[in-house]
Amino acid sequence: MASSIPVSDSTDPGRALARRAMNVPGPAARDTTPSVGFWADVWRRLRKNRGAMIGLWITVFLIVAAIIGPSLSPYRYSDQDFDHLFEGPNRAHWFGTDELGRDVLTRVLYGARISLSIGFVASFFNVAIGVTYGAISGYAGGRVDNLMMRIVDVIYGVPLLLWVILLMVVLKPGLTNIYIALGTVYWLTMARLVRGQVLSLREREFVEAARALGVSTSRILLRHIIPNTMGPIVVTMTLSVPQAIFVEAFLSYIGLGVQAPMASWGSLASDATEVLRVAPHLVFFPGMAIVITMLAFNFLGDGLRDALDPRLRGTL
Amino acid sequence: MHRLVVVALVMTMALAPATWAQPSASQVLRWNVGTDFETLDPAKSTGIPEATVIYLLYEGLTQRDPQGRLVPGMAERWDVSKDGLTWTFYLRAAKWSNGQLVSAGDFEFAWKRALDPALAADYAYQLYYLKNGKAYNTGRIKDVSQVGVIAKDARTLVVTLESPTPFFGDLLSFHTLMPVPKTVVTGNPAWAGKPETFVGNGPFVMKEWTRQNRVVLERNPNYWDAKSIKLQRIEFSMIEAESTALVQYEAGQLDGSSNVPVADIPRLLKTGDFKAMPYIGTYYYLFNTTHKPLDDARVRRALAFAINRTLITARITRAGEKPANAFVPSGIVVNGTDFRQAGGPLMPVYDPALAKKLLAEAGYPNGEGFPTLTILYNTSQRHKTIAEAIQEMWRQNLGVKVNLTNQEWKVYLQTRSQHNFDIARAGWIGDYRDPKTFLDMFITGSSFNEGLWSNKAYDRLVDATTKTADQAVRMKAFHEAEKIFVQDMPLAPIYFYVQPILYKNYVQGLATDPTGPPLLRNVWIEGH
Amino acid sequence: MGGFIFRRVLSMLLVIWVVSTMTFFLMKAIPGGPFTAEKQLPPEILRNLERRYRLGDPLWKQYRDYLHNLLRLDLGPSFKYEDLTVNDIIRQGFPVSAELGVLALLFALAVGVPSGLISALRQYSFSDYFSMLWALLGVSIPSFLLATLFIYLFGLRLHVLPAGGWGTPAHLLLPAVALGMYPTGFIARLTRSSMLEVIRQDYVRTARAKGLAEITVTYRHALKNAVIPVVTYLGPITAAVLTGSFVVERIFAIPGLGRHFVTSIYNRDYTVIMGTTVFYSVFLVAMNLVVDVAYGFIDPRIRFD
Repeated sequence: MASSIPVSDSTDPGRALARRAMNVPGPAARDTTPSVGFWADVWRRLRKNRGAMIGLWITVFLIVAAIIGPSLSPYRYSDQDFDHLFEGPNRAHWFGTDELGRDVLTRVLYGARISLSIGFVASFFNVAIGVTYGAISGYAGGRVDNLMMRIVDVIYGVPLLLWVILLMVVLKPGLTNIYIALGTVYWLTMARLVRGQVLSLREREFVEAARALGVSTSRILLRHIIPNTMGPIVVTMTLSVPQAIFVEAFLSYIGLGVQAPMASWGSLASDATEVLRVAPHLVFFPGMAIVITMLAFNFLGDGLRDALDPRLRGTL
Repeated sequence: MHRLVVVALVMTMALAPATWAQPSASQVLRWNVGTDFETLDPAKSTGIPEATVIYLLYEGLTQRDPQGRLVPGMAERWDVSKDGLTWTFYLRAAKWSNGQLVSAGDFEFAWKRALDPALAADYAYQLYYLKNGKAYNTGRIKDVSQVGVIAKDARTLVVTLESPTPFFGDLLSFHTLMPVPKTVVTGNPAWAGKPETFVGNGPFVMKEWTRQNRVVLERNPNYWDAKSIKLQRIEFSMIEAESTALVQYEAGQLDGSSNVPVADIPRLLKTGDFKAMPYIGTYYYLFNTTHKPLDDARVRRALAFAINRTLITARITRAGEKPANAFVPSGIVVNGTDFRQAGGPLMPVYDPALAKKLLAEAGYPNGEGFPTLTILYNTSQRHKTIAEAIQEMWRQNLGVKVNLTNQEWKVYLQTRSQHNFDIARAGWIGDYRDPKTFLDMFITGSSFNEGLWSNKAYDRLVDATTKTADQAVRMKAFHEAEKIFVQDMPLAPIYFYVQPILYKNYVQGLATDPTGPPLLRNVWIEGH
Repeated sequence: MGGFIFRRVLSMLLVIWVVSTMTFFLMKAIPGGPFTAEKQLPPEILRNLERRYRLGDPLWKQYRDYLHNLLRLDLGPSFKYEDLTVNDIIRQGFPVSAELGVLALLFALAVGVPSGLISALRQYSFSDYFSMLWALLGVSIPSFLLATLFIYLFGLRLHVLPAGGWGTPAHLLLPAVALGMYPTGFIARLTRSSMLEVIRQDYVRTARAKGLAEITVTYRHALKNAVIPVVTYLGPITAAVLTGSFVVERIFAIPGLGRHFVTSIYNRDYTVIMGTTVFYSVFLVAMNLVVDVAYGFIDPRIRFD
C-alpha cells in the first residue's frame, strides 16, 4: 500500500510558517497564498461552504428564538384554554393548541431552551469525555486500552434505568439530573468509535514518522490523529443529538428531569404520540424542530470537518 | 376401491350432521386483555386481566347472571343462620374438566390454601371474614383446622364467619374464593401455568398459553351448564400498546379490547364501539393532614371546591366519567338501593366562590401567605394532564401556587406510604359491592390511611357496621360516616371511574363486573 | 492471538462480575420491592413472602447466594410471573428478539452501507443530499413514533400488513424496519464520512490518476478501511438490538425479551433484572471481542499491545 507522502508533514502550518521564516523552500509551490492564522483559515473555508453557513445561521436563529421567543409570544407556556382544545394551526395559534388549550408555538419556543441546551451539553460531553477517552485508550493500546474499554463495557452493561431511578430518589428533580444521567452514558459510543479509528491510525507511517521525530504524544494526538478521526466524530456528534433529546424526554417522563408543565421538544413529541391520529400537529411541530436542529448541526459539522481537514488545506 | 369410497361417503355423512348441529363455526371471540398474566391460579391472582380469564376457567359457590345479579353457581342453594355467622352450602353435582366430581372438600382445600401463610396470597384478606381466617394467615394460630370452613360431606360445605357479613354472598363469586381440584394441586405447585396440567370447573378450559403472546380457551364439555354457553373458543391477545390494540380492532383482527387509547375515546363513543361500563372506583387527591396548612379542614375544602370537575371529565378524560360529588361511587347496590343514589350529593362539584371564602376564613385571602405545596403523581400522561389543569385552577381561583412532581410507580407508592407528600394523586377500585371497601380504609391507624386523617366519630360508625347483619342499620351508619368524611375532606374526590371497554356490535351478551373485569361467559357472536 | 483471546476472556468475566455486582446493589438501593403494591399486603404476609424469597437475609448473603446460583446458570424464579423462572423467560423471549434484531441489522447494513458509499462517491450531488436527508430523518424520528405510524399506516389505512403480533413473516417486516431505522442512518453516515476520508488520501488520488485497474484495487482497500467505524458501531448495537427493544416490541406486541429489561425494573422483579442484565453483558462483551478480532482481519497492522 502506497502512502508515500506523510500527510501531516508538508501541510502542518506550524512547520510551514517556520520554514518560511527560515527561508527554507517548502516541498510544494502551494505556499503562494498569504499566511494566515490556523483558526482564521478554518473560518475562511467554513464561510465558503454554503451548507455549513446555512447550518450555522439556523443554529443561531434557533438559539435566538429560544432566548427571546417566549417573551414575544402573547401566551405563556402554561396558559390553558378549555374552549380551544386540540386545535390545528390557525390565525390565533400558529402551531395550534394542545390537550389543555395551550399555545404550541410558545411551548415549542420554550422547549427549545431545554432541548438546545441538552444538545449542546450532550455534544460537549461527547467531545470532552468521549473523544479524549477513546483517543487515549486507542493510542495507549495494550493493558490500558483493555482496562478502559472494559470500563466502558461495565457502564454499558448496568441498566441505565436503575441508575436513573436512584438519581431521582437522591436528587431533586431538575435539569442537572438529566446532565448527570447523560454524562454517565452518553459518551460511550463516541469513545468506542474514536478508539477504533485511533487503533488503526497509530500504525500509519506518518505517526511513526512523527514519533521518530520526537513529537510529544499529546501533540501527535491533537495535531495528527484526532483531525484524521473527525469523520466519525462529527457523525456521532450530530446523530447523537436526537438521541439525547429523546433520552431527556424519557427521563422527564418518569420524573427525573424537568417537571410539568415545562416541556422540551422531546417530551412534547413523545407525549403527543398517543394523540397522533387525533392531533398530528402536536407531534409534527416539535418533531420538525428536532429534525431542523439536527440538519443544521449536521451541515455545520460537515463543514467544520471539511474546514479542519488537513488534507484540504491550501486546496480550497 | 368402490367399497372404500362408499365407506368414506357413509362416514362423512355420519359425521356431517354433527357439524351442522353445532352453533356457527364463527363463535370465536378474539379479545385483547392488555397484558400477560402473572398467574392464573385463582388464589394468587390479583389483576383484572387475570380475573377476566379466571372467571371463565373456574366457578365459585355463586356467580353473576347477565344482569349482574347474584345467582347460584357451584352451590345449588344455601342457608344462613339467624345470627348471620353460619352459612351452609349445598353443592350441585358438577364435574371438573377432567371428569372428577367437584366436592366440598375442594372448596375447603382451596380456601385454606388461600389463607396459607406459606402461599402468601395477596388477596388472602378476602377470606378474613372466615372465623380465624386472619389469625391463621398472619400466623397467630398454626392449626389450620381452626379456620371456619369445613366440608361436612362431599356436597355440603359449612362456613363459620368472624362477624355478620351480609355481603358474603357477593364475595363468594370472587376469584380468590374459587375451588381448585385438591388432587391435582397437591404436590404440583405449577399446575395453573400449563394447559397440560390445568384443571378447572368453569365454562371453558385452557387450551394454550404462549407467554407474552396469547391464551386460548375452549368450551368445557364437562361444565354443568355447558348448554347455556354459546362461544366455542376465546382467543386472548396481550397487546399492551393501546393504539396498536385499536388499530387491530379497527382492522378486524380483534372483536374487543380491555384497553383503549384515551385520545380516541370521544370518537369511539360516537361510533358506539366504546362502551363506558360502570366501575366502582374513585379518582382523588389525597391530602397529608399533618402538613400545614392541610391540617385545616377549611383549606382542604377550599382546594376541593376550586377544582372544576365537570371540565376535567368533559374535556380531559372524556370517557363518560361522572364528576365526583361524594366519595363512594354508584354501582354499590344493597337490597335494591344504590348507595350513592340514596346518599345523594355530599359536596358541590365546583364552587369557586365558596372555595375563595373558605380560604379567606382559614387566613389566606386570595392565597396570600399560602405556602407552595407539591402535587405528587405517578408517571402517566393522564395524571400529568389532570395535575396541570388543577394547578391552573388553583392558581386562577384561589391564587394558590403548587408545584408538580411525578415519580416512577414504586417510588411513588413508597413515598405515599412514608407520608412524604403534601398532596398525592390516588385512585381506589372497590373489591366487593359494599361501602365498606371504600370507607374502612380511613379509620384511624389503617395503613391505607396515608394522609393520617383521624376522626373518632367516623371510626365509631364504621366499626358499628361490622357488628350487625342488619343492612338497614349498616347502610345508615355508612351514610353518616360518609357525610362526616366529605365534610372534613381528608381527600378531594375528583371523578368516578368508568371501565373503558371496546367491542363490536356483533358481540352480544357481554356484561361487566363493576369491580373490574368484563364477564365473557354469556357472550355469543351475532352473524356478521 | 491465543494469548490475547485468553486474556480478553478473563477480562470479560471480570466485566460480567462487576456489572452484576453493581446492578445487584443498585437495585436493592432503590425504593420499592417486588411486593410493594397499592393494595398493600398485611405485614405478616409480607414477612412470609420475604422469608420465602430470602429477601430478609443480610445483603451480602443474598449477594453471595445469587453468585452461587449464577455460576450454576440458575437465574432464579421470577417474582412477578409466578410459574416462570428467569431461564424460561430468556429462553422464550430471546429467539424472538434475536430474529427481529438480525433482520433489523441486515436491513440497516443493506441500506446503510450502499447509501453511504454512493453519497461518498458522489459527494454534494443530489443523491448525496437525498440519502443524507433520509439518514437524518431516520435518526431523528424516534422508534416509538415510527412504530406507531407504521402500524397505523400499513395496518389500518393501507391494510396490507398485520398490525402487530407475531408468527408469520409478514409480522416481521414493519418492526424490523422501525427497529433498523436508527442504525441505518448512523451506518450510512459513518460509511459516507469514512469513505470520504479514505478516498481523499493521496494513494487513492494517485491510483485514480494512474487508471482503472488501480482504482478497483484501491477502492476495495479503501472500503476495507472505511468500514472500521461501522464495525465498531455494530458491536454494542448488535448486542442491544438482539436482546430486544422495549419500545418496538411493546408497540408491535411482539413476545420478545426486550420488554423484560424495562418492566422488570418497574416491577422490582429482582431476579429478572439480574438475569437480563447478566445476559446482556455476556452478549455485549462477546460482541466487542468479535469486533476487536474483526479489526485484526480488516487492518492487519492493528495491534492491541
